[in-house]
Amino acid sequence: MKEQKKSDTQTPRVGAEQIRLLEKLCNASGVSGDEGEVRKIVLSEVRPLADEVKVDALGNVLAVRHARAGSGPHLRVMLDAHMDEVGFMLVKDEGEGIFRFDSVGGVEVRYLVGKPVSIGKEHTPGVIGAKPIHLAEKNELKSSLSLDALRIDTGLTSKAKLGDRATFVTPFSRLGPSLRGKALDDRVGVATLIELLRNAPENVELLCAFAVQEEIGGRGARVAAYGFQPDLAIALDVTPARDLPAWDGSENTIYNTRLGAGPAIYAADGSTLADPRLLRYLVQVAESRSIPYQIRQPGSGGTDAGPIHLTRSGVPSISVSVPGRYIHTPVGIVRLEDWQNTLALVHAALVSLPADIFSVDR
Amino acid sequence: MTTDVQKLLKQLIAMPGLSGHEAPVRKAIHEAWVPLADEITVSRLGSLHALRRGNTQWGASGLRPSVLLSAHMDAIGMMVTGIVDGFLRFTSIGGLDPRVLPGQLVTVHGRSDLPGIIVQPPAQLLPAGSSEGAAPLTHLLIDTGLLPAEVSRKVQVGDVVSYAQAPIEMTGDLLVGHSVDNRASVAVVTHCLNLLQTRTHVWDVLAVASTQEEVTLGGAMTSAFGLNPTLSVVIDVTFASSPGSPAHKTFPLAKGPTLGWGPNVHPGLFKAFKELADRQEIPYSLEVMPRHSGTDAYAIQVVAAGIPTMVIGIPLRYMHTPVEMVAMKDILRAGRLLAEFIAGLPADFADSLAFDD
Repeated sequence: MKEQKKSDTQTPRVGAEQIRLLEKLCNASGVSGDEGEVRKIVLSEVRPLADEVKVDALGNVLAVRHARAGSGPHLRVMLDAHMDEVGFMLVKDEGEGIFRFDSVGGVEVRYLVGKPVSIGKEHTPGVIGAKPIHLAEKNELKSSLSLDALRIDTGLTSKAKLGDRATFVTPFSRLGPSLRGKALDDRVGVATLIELLRNAPENVELLCAFAVQEEIGGRGARVAAYGFQPDLAIALDVTPARDLPAWDGSENTIYNTRLGAGPAIYAADGSTLADPRLLRYLVQVAESRSIPYQIRQPGSGGTDAGPIHLTRSGVPSISVSVPGRYIHTPVGIVRLEDWQNTLALVHAALVSLPADIFSVDR
Repeated sequence: MTTDVQKLLKQLIAMPGLSGHEAPVRKAIHEAWVPLADEITVSRLGSLHALRRGNTQWGASGLRPSVLLSAHMDAIGMMVTGIVDGFLRFTSIGGLDPRVLPGQLVTVHGRSDLPGIIVQPPAQLLPAGSSEGAAPLTHLLIDTGLLPAEVSRKVQVGDVVSYAQAPIEMTGDLLVGHSVDNRASVAVVTHCLNLLQTRTHVWDVLAVASTQEEVTLGGAMTSAFGLNPTLSVVIDVTFASSPGSPAHKTFPLAKGPTLGWGPNVHPGLFKAFKELADRQEIPYSLEVMPRHSGTDAYAIQVVAAGIPTMVIGIPLRYMHTPVEMVAMKDILRAGRLLAEFIAGLPADFADSLAFDD
């Protein structure tokens, strides 16, 4: 069985093929509860890679790759990335192609005005318009527009209908060292998880959840974790990088994460206190392999680790995110090297995962 | 030979051409107008002039009368005012609503063209109280995704920034994009020139794609002086009814152009257009303009000894956003109205223009 020892310890790379896959994933529509387009891409990617693949009751794609090395018992490691993205639903037809809409997930409302959207399975084009500046009163320009004041205009004769989902349509592209696109949160995680499955470590039972409904409360991950019964879980997500200059040149103390500083390892967020053994281990792996990393500023926000770690009698969990600017807007930016280093860190951590990692107290 | 108007408009709204920096769009319009005109020149402020000579017999005495069709080709946009940690600060060229800007795709015209996005920093990085209300333009930034050193090499203060929103074709023959204000009217003039290819007309036609309308009306003002036309018709976009816009200041989309009425418009010219539209069964709305028409007509009317001027409006939704929406039908109707007007102009029309006193 010698040849099986070959490549699973080699660091997987983010190359042209991986970027193409991410582009396909980002450009697909997948508002929470309507992840079908993304699920289709994920299924076609993971079917050849996994030993077992199924779609569960909520629409999660669950892919299992059994351990190959040693006699076991092997650690059951759950990796999670969510397929859904924030978006909208048309909630009231006002006639002549004009619709009221509501948000699905935490959309940045101040980024909505004057943007094109894509509606429903047919990808009907629409726009979120704005009253012309010429017709606005001076003081009006100082107040931001609430969701209530906005409409999606689908044109005079469109087939858009009540209940259709709408998403942003910003096309994916490369900007020098960066990648730009909609739904990078969390298609970067999805793409990372596919690569980890492609380069599956042989020492663990790899339980991959491509989860639905993260943006409205981590609902897919909860049932995925129940089914998987993992020994530990890592949520792969995208977290805000607020590394912009302050208006007056003062120190930015709320950056959360910084682009280019490596994968963001979580100590704590609004929904999870990371298992300290996993935290220490990831830091140690990063340092011993000279992989850049950063600790995400503890604070609010949450990932699928929230529901996962509270499943059944509890699952030691942690999150690792690629930092992303302007997520939950029509267009985010991530740095290619952060994605590469995230993939490298999680892969290295899995390959050398000690079977007795939980033999010490939490 | 004629020019495909919808294809041209789609091309024009996919390119930059900010006020004062109209070269890219001027080049494209020039190419489209070459087969339709007898002579093409460029003014000292960059406006494009296409002359189509009257094509009927004309006596030896005096000059042919001429009608100037003015449609501004410049677009609103931005200009870089500073670079901070690789992010760009900027100001506006023309009237921008800062609330529309966060998340917009732009092109920074630096040493090379760089894609970028406009972003609004989190409230914690803005002055206290910024979580309420809209961020002013001065607090918005442009992110090119490049590292700070590269940004400093490629961008400098004074570089212009244009919208990069790609055109969208929507059902109902609608076209969406940036700079539809006022490239839609360039399309109107082009359609008029198309139709005149097979018509006879006494008058010379001076088609002008004017510059700097969004800032000073400077292009149209100087072109009108240089060309010294007998009459002028300004074509510009106007407000189409849309959610949140006051009904009494807007006009239905896809239900025809507007005919302007007010101090910037010669009443005799208005009457001629109105009667013509009725005769030709071209639908239109009446647009009352109690003061400044907000168009090149304001400038052209008072050039030299004064020029009788008319304003035609093309209803446009979401004006001055990158998702301006226009109906191709309205563009074609306005073009036809202009062509019918020109083809029907008798040599002595100007003499017959009267005030209804």
